[in-house]
Amino acid sequence: MTWADRLLRLDRRIIFLLVAAGTALPLLMPVNLPISVSPRVEAAYQTIDVLPAGSTVLFSLDYEPDISAELQPMTIAIMRHCFRKNLHVIALTLYPAGPGLVEPAIRVAATKEHKVRNKDYAFLGYKSGFQTVMIGMGESIRQQFPVDFYGTPLDSIPVMRGIRNYGEIALLVNLTASSAADYWIQFAVGRYRKPMVLGATAVMATDYYPYLSSRQLLGLIGGMKGAAEYEKRMDLFGDARRGMDAQSLVHVIVAFLVILGTVALFASGQRGPAPRAEKPQE
Amino acid sequence: MYLGPILLTFVVGATLIALYFIPHHQAQEINSELLLWATIVYAFALILGSVSLWSVHAQRIRQRISGWPFSLVTLFALLGTTFMGVAWGIGEESPLGRFYSMVNSPLASTMFALLAFFIASAAFRAFRARNVEATLLLVTAIVMMIGRVSVGEFIWRGFPGLTEWLLDVPNLAAKRAIAIGVGLGAVSTALKIILGIERGYLGRTR
Repeated sequence: MTWADRLLRLDRRIIFLLVAAGTALPLLMPVNLPISVSPRVEAAYQTIDVLPAGSTVLFSLDYEPDISAELQPMTIAIMRHCFRKNLHVIALTLYPAGPGLVEPAIRVAATKEHKVRNKDYAFLGYKSGFQTVMIGMGESIRQQFPVDFYGTPLDSIPVMRGIRNYGEIALLVNLTASSAADYWIQFAVGRYRKPMVLGATAVMATDYYPYLSSRQLLGLIGGMKGAAEYEKRMDLFGDARRGMDAQSLVHVIVAFLVILGTVALFASGQRGPAPRAEKPQE
Repeated sequence: MYLGPILLTFVVGATLIALYFIPHHQAQEINSELLLWATIVYAFALILGSVSLWSVHAQRIRQRISGWPFSLVTLFALLGTTFMGVAWGIGEESPLGRFYSMVNSPLASTMFALLAFFIASAAFRAFRARNVEATLLLVTAIVMMIGRVSVGEFIWRGFPGLTEWLLDVPNLAAKRAIAIGVGLGAVSTALKIILGIERGYLGRTR
């Protein structure tokens, strides 16, 4: 068996070890690689930055723990930006497991920017039904959320006074890993003409580029990279920037492995279907 | 045959489409009322989902189907989390909140994180330049992988610009075409359902 054949049948556990090392080492010994802010993230930042103080921003945080590594730092960074600009924040989630992530995210952002619940922000909690909630809020937010997450009637919450429907909302921010973004674009943007900024996972961000060029989205923040760019723009050093070193190294490792596999393929002279991985020894 | 449900679908579908385009306040009030109905139906869907989960896993336990202990864990978790939520509330400091942040959240994140390892292994085995198309895909993927992370700029200054071009030109053109196709398909499917041509949602026909 030649070196190329041996390489083509590389034990998958070696690859797992390389990925594990590539993830762990930069987190233990950060390098702080440079991050440049893309035009899409800059557009999202500017959209929020130019809102006058006292404007209300509606956050729909539609994600669950599996992708919290990408979207949770994004939530915290954008919310901190809103609080710094003295904007009022109303948050909700359309995912049943969402409140467990949203509540701590708001609390972290509010504590760091010295903001108070009900005075500067409100968390409405979870409601089932994507489209009906979105269209329903266009008629009346109170009909969809009579009380907030903590059971307080919306009329008793100072930051909710005068907020009836999308008419009083200056900007919608949707952070999601699902088709919720499509529905928000269809209903809140299409029907109610609300400006919207989207934060999405890196995998799905490219699906929304057409909406960006048609100005149905005013900004797009994609994945941990987007969150890290936003943190940089905010001059923060949060979880996203900490994670970018690890993501960079793992990407390099995967790219290196792919190139190595192709070189070995040519060297071995094999051009058929991909060989099966060797089973780990029991 | 199923005339009642087909007629109901037609009336509700046609009415909702009409209400969407009628700005009159009375029309919008009707629309608002119908949306409330839909929200209630969604709430019942959650109950139906829980009952369905219970019946499927209870059956697996009764019949001792392979992997039945996992079903037992599922039902225990269903009952346990429901009880915790009803008895002590759903706040962050409640038992349910702690269970969520200490058990559910790490488990879900771990499951998703495992993907990185399998993707790396699969990429090494399957992602090879076996022909022209595969070579094009491979080169693009490597440029994107390197260019979209911080290290890309560090290796070559042109990487971010190249990835931006790939995203803004070929990607955008393809995504637009797909979006238009999906949009037209969705309208046509909705019309077929409202007009009773597509009846798959009724289940098996006699």
